[in-house]
Amino acid sequence: MKRELPERFRSYRHVWVFIEFEHGRIHPVSLELLGEGRKLADQLHVDLAAVIVGSGRAALHEVAATTFSYGADVAYIADDPVLADYRNEPYTRVITSLVETYQPEIMLLGATVLGRDLAGAVATTLKTGLTADCTELAIDGERSLAATRPTFGGSLLCTIHTLNYRPQMATVRPRVMAMPTAQERQSGRIVEFPVDLREEDMITKVLDFLPDTANEAAQLAFADIVVAGGLGLRTSENMQLVRDLAQVLGGDWGGSRPLVQKGWIPAERQIGQTGKTIRPRLYIAAGISGAIQHRVGVEGADLIVAINTDPQAPIFDFADIGITTDAITLLPTLTRVFRQRLAVNRMAG
Amino acid sequence: MQIFVCIKQVPDSGQIRVHPVTNTIMRQGVPTIINPYDLFGLEQALRLRDRFGGEVTVMTMGPPMAVDSLRKALTFGADRGVLLTDRVFAGSDTLATSYALSYLIRKAGETWGAPDIVFCGKQTIDGDTAQVGPGIARRLGLSQLTYVSGIDDMDLTDRQILVRRRGDHGVQVLRSRLPVMVTMMEGSNEIRRGTQADALRAARAEIVQWNAATVGISDTSLCGLRGSPTVVKKVFAPTARDEKAEMISTEGISPSGMAEALVDQIFSRQPGLRDDLFRQAAGH
Ligand SMILES: Cc1cc2nc3c(=O)[nH]c(=O)nc-3n(C[C@H](O)[C@H](O)[C@H](O)COP(=O)(O)OP(=O)(O)OC[C@H]3O[C@@H](n4cnc5c(N)ncnc54)[C@H](O)[C@@H]3O)c2cc1C
Ligand SMILES: Cc1cc2nc3c(=O)[nH]c(=O)nc-3n(C[C@H](O)[C@H](O)[C@H](O)COP(=O)(O)OP(=O)(O)OC[C@H]3O[C@@H](n4cnc5c(N)ncnc54)[C@H](O)[C@@H]3O)c2cc1C
Repeated sequence: MKRELPERFRSYRHVWVFIEFEHGRIHPVSLELLGEGRKLADQLHVDLAAVIVGSGRAALHEVAATTFSYGADVAYIADDPVLADYRNEPYTRVITSLVETYQPEIMLLGATVLGRDLAGAVATTLKTGLTADCTELAIDGERSLAATRPTFGGSLLCTIHTLNYRPQMATVRPRVMAMPTAQERQSGRIVEFPVDLREEDMITKVLDFLPDTANEAAQLAFADIVVAGGLGLRTSENMQLVRDLAQVLGGDWGGSRPLVQKGWIPAERQIGQTGKTIRPRLYIAAGISGAIQHRVGVEGADLIVAINTDPQAPIFDFADIGITTDAITLLPTLTRVFRQRLAVNRMAG
Repeated sequence: MQIFVCIKQVPDSGQIRVHPVTNTIMRQGVPTIINPYDLFGLEQALRLRDRFGGEVTVMTMGPPMAVDSLRKALTFGADRGVLLTDRVFAGSDTLATSYALSYLIRKAGETWGAPDIVFCGKQTIDGDTAQVGPGIARRLGLSQLTYVSGIDDMDLTDRQILVRRRGDHGVQVLRSRLPVMVTMMEGSNEIRRGTQADALRAARAEIVQWNAATVGISDTSLCGLRGSPTVVKKVFAPTARDEKAEMISTEGISPSGMAEALVDQIFSRQPGLRDDLFRQAAGH
């Protein structure tokens, strides 16, 4: 089903990344996307641009400098007091008019709360396609963005294209793409985009913001070692075996989605497509089958260890080390062995 | 007040099976449920109706069998259900879905009164894009309030609504003006059981059924597959890694033996991690 790109879209060029800048912080997903966007832009021989929206000239220029060190060639800055806190209406307006003015062929956003709220509104206004929660982005032979995401059912992936509309939009969840390394002292071109917004016209007002107090589970995504349990553990009590092992290793713990649905673990401990994406140095999965939605959340781990009674379990297709045995028996033993080895070393040290 | 609740009938995900040979999803015989995220909006709608009066209308776009989900919603206490069903909608992506739903909502508004609030689910458990709610809001010019964890106050006279919204780094307290599109966070409430009277009424209720023409869609090129900018080019099984997992042998080996072998293997593959662990253990 090949369709011709309509004339009005042929001038659309360049890859854009929306930079999430809130409460003085750049969301890491935006930098991850710059790394990914750089690869796409190089393949297409076009520029990579960062789209920076907010309030305060100095701060936004500092953000621009950061994006240059992560690979952006250009930074579009929209600076206005109305844009100080994220709100759907003014952000959608600014982004859509930026797109209409400078016509990018690809636009990437983080699949965060902010990104999901914004992307759907922008894509609908522009009447273009938006692929959600992609795990892989590539350019095909016809300059088209091939956006791959898991499909429901637990074992398949699908590749989605936006053939005859521009820009081609996609969201990607945090930690799915690797964090690129920053290059010092890179420079780029800054384009200040004039904004015509009045606070009186804004229907929704931000009355207050209550920041999260450091949430311990929020660290899961960044932990060096993660131990997780699945339905194979049989009872919620057995999750303690997972927590014990994680504790001995100084790591964090989580589980598959059914455990959240059963109330064995809190939602913020879910690992996978609709939970946290993790990139630890060591991931130990106990009693988890390895469905695609789980797999995409852990594939970035350096070393994956799977404990599962079923030698045919799909998790062994992507684990590095596997063992077919009862996790309920093995976990406490494993905890003991790790504890002993570390204790021996403590004495030696 | 008029409250519309968009619900989607989805396969009960726990029971989906993939055909072992063809690798396609076997939908036949899979039981369907109301998308679980939609129930938080429905319960919130019922609570607002209980407090302010008015009506709750549940609506969906889908195949004829989606009537079951609407009827189910009536057993919880919704006042009426409307189904938009037409073959032209087959294959809709989110842009085409929000197009169809915006016509459905407009027509329902003309019939029973324009909505003060349209509730959508935060996302579905099958498509899982979270794009349809924002799409509807945009098309109908409703203020968009997603990830709402609570509605703190509402004033129908000056048409104000005060909500708490879950952000990535904290909670925003927002004031907006009706009409609004709201998606509720999971766990913000629990769907009621519904009364015996609701169950009886639901069983007998007539579900309104409309098609593309009755809701006023004249340009069907914006519907279904034709009206969808996204095109699924390929569906495939993930490839196994080139090297299969290295399996620790278990034949005739005790759990401690297995654990020892596993730890050896982990440490030999990740010496840097081992050294860091030892350093931490030694208190450095
Ligand atoms: C839209 C969508 C999004 C989803 N998002 C996620 C997500 O983010 N994260 C996620 O995890 N899932 C997600 N899922 C669900 C996913 O498809 C799987 O259903 C889920 O990951 C399976 O969880 P599980 O491996 O714990 O359970 P199961 O698939 O039931 O696997 C249990 C495993 O334990 C093994 N086992 C049994 N007894 C033992 C024992 N004593 N010792 C060791 N092993 C044992 C079994 O062999 C089996 O392999 C999603 C699904 C959908 C449709
Ligand atoms: C595996 C898979 C992947 C897909 N990926 C994409 C993609 O990346 N981009 C894309 O544009 N489309 C995609 N689609 C198509 C998309 O799922 C359909 O357009 C679907 O009709 C609506 O999207 P959703 O299920 O993601 O809904 P969401 O946007 O997650 O739904 C949010 C809320 O909108 C309301 N709603 C959604 N659909 C209906 C309905 N039919 N009737 C009433 N209310 C409704 C409900 O309140 C729902 O909770 C995908 C479909 C599948 C099966």
